[in-house]
Amino acid sequence: MPRLVSHPDEVKVVSKRFGQGAADIEKYIELGGYEAIRKCLAQGPEWLIEEMKASNLRGRGGAGFPTGMKWSFVPKQSAKPKYVLINGDESEPGTCKDHLIFLHDPHSVIEGTIIAGLAIGSKMGFIYLRGEYRYLLEIMEKAVADAYAKGFLGKNIFGTDTEFQIITQSGAGAYEVGEESALMESLEGKRGVPRIKPPFPAVVGLYGGPTVINNAETIATVPHVINMGGAAFAAVGSPRNGGTRLFGISGHVERPGVYELPMGYNLKKMIYEVAGGVRGGRNLKAVVPGGSSTPVLLPEEIETLGMDFDQVGKAGSMLGSGGVVVIDDQTCIVEFALRTISFYQHESCGWCIPCREGTDWLKKSLTRFHAGFGTAKDIDNIRYLAENMMGRTFCPLGDAAAMPTLGFVKKFRKEFEDHLDGKPCPFAKHGAPELTVV
Amino acid sequence: MTAETMSIFSPKVSARFDALVEKYPVRRSALVPMLLYAQDEIGYLSDAVIAEVARRIGITELDVRNVATYYSMLRFKPAGKYNVQVCTNISCMLRGAYDVFEKFQDELRVGHKGVTPDGVFSLEEVECIGACCWAPAIQVNYDFHDDLTPDSVPGILAQYRQKSEGQKNA
Repeated sequence: MPRLVSHPDEVKVVSKRFGQGAADIEKYIELGGYEAIRKCLAQGPEWLIEEMKASNLRGRGGAGFPTGMKWSFVPKQSAKPKYVLINGDESEPGTCKDHLIFLHDPHSVIEGTIIAGLAIGSKMGFIYLRGEYRYLLEIMEKAVADAYAKGFLGKNIFGTDTEFQIITQSGAGAYEVGEESALMESLEGKRGVPRIKPPFPAVVGLYGGPTVINNAETIATVPHVINMGGAAFAAVGSPRNGGTRLFGISGHVERPGVYELPMGYNLKKMIYEVAGGVRGGRNLKAVVPGGSSTPVLLPEEIETLGMDFDQVGKAGSMLGSGGVVVIDDQTCIVEFALRTISFYQHESCGWCIPCREGTDWLKKSLTRFHAGFGTAKDIDNIRYLAENMMGRTFCPLGDAAAMPTLGFVKKFRKEFEDHLDGKPCPFAKHGAPELTVV
Repeated sequence: MTAETMSIFSPKVSARFDALVEKYPVRRSALVPMLLYAQDEIGYLSDAVIAEVARRIGITELDVRNVATYYSMLRFKPAGKYNVQVCTNISCMLRGAYDVFEKFQDELRVGHKGVTPDGVFSLEEVECIGACCWAPAIQVNYDFHDDLTPDSVPGILAQYRQKSEGQKNA
């Protein structure tokens, strides 16, 4: 069972029911669950979309798009059925927040999904979990069945004439399916390759109908927004970044874990106070602030950095999925860059050539480089390759692979240069990796 | 003969599949989970599995293969009864995942994607499994094991070996 952590600076909104047995529907109700949807049914969709807009809640999957605005883009009239699709394909390295939501508070996901359905006039929602999360899917399936038994889902939810159905779905191993259009393809029983946009999912989505796609954390936050009121939720965070966020702090810290902190919380404090500092009293070398696809930050860049979408963006990186990966001074950045690109090379679906070829070439270059067979020209070639992947693919996976690579090369050029001329990696514990592909 | 009587799956899984194809607005949406559940029962996607899934969904076997080859959890040859999946992605790597992976290789005497001669275990190096804050982490089939060190490896293997023996003797 994943360990739960706690720190006095935490503001527990989304995580307030963690560890309290709220996967049980009675317990969830006892803790104030299913109150928000009742309020929304009474007040109507216009009111609830306004509350969502006022809350400044932005998508927790990584892009940070305002949730209320996303919902308002769905056309009111549609010849085809409209759908709500919840993205629980959590796969970004460094990210494990949805894991805890499904485990401890599955009904908040269900309640949020019903509210989203009400907002856009949809009668059906899907909750898609990655295939590896089988035990969490079983928890979700039980929660959905319990909600049906209570009349919270079905033809006449909460005794009204509103209909809403929820279907749970399992993936089968694919990072790419976390991209929204690939997610729809997978749910339609196909290979998870991305679709070209436009049309955007709000117009042509799942089965061709208008579709809202929300991250699991976003949707679990929705009932809390309604309960607190949009303005009160917004007040918890920083300007244009409402509320709190589940930050997953991993890597070289004393107390790794998922901590819920207000948006805009200082990154340095997050590492040194909340997570107990760098493990073993070592020095901080770098931080990946929002999952493996976000460009690395140096210690001097986090001094006054507030963790919200705008501030991290301004610092040249991204808040992404909120997965903070902390790297100490005994870590080889070339090896770290190689492990990162190996992941994207493995996960590239192969649909777009710049991504398929680019990730493969980058992996080969970095493998050779880390083995001590690099040349000075390789450093520029790695940069050139990554720069030419940016913005040239259907979905953001190409960018997700190129961005961190560029960051490593730009900020740690010296360390790349130290690997030159057949010198083995200065940090390698097991010696330089075997050179298998050139 | 009806489709049910010809099924290669157990009556329970077969009944589950009958319901699964009716669950979605489009029958084909059942494909990805059905392949995974089929693999859970049979062990891998054999030709017979592909044929039956294709028939149940109403698409060609080629179409099923085309989709199945995309997903990394789906396999076309048997794995061990307990498939040990060691995450070595960044968060796990920083906390010693490669040492854990090495220990599993030493203990099981197989490498990446290897199966032990008795068929009890297989080993796989996998990408992020969503347990980054409890790293290094592994999955044995669908069970998570968190906060590992190389020293925890023998105990985990013993636990599953015992489970396997218990089932054999039952």
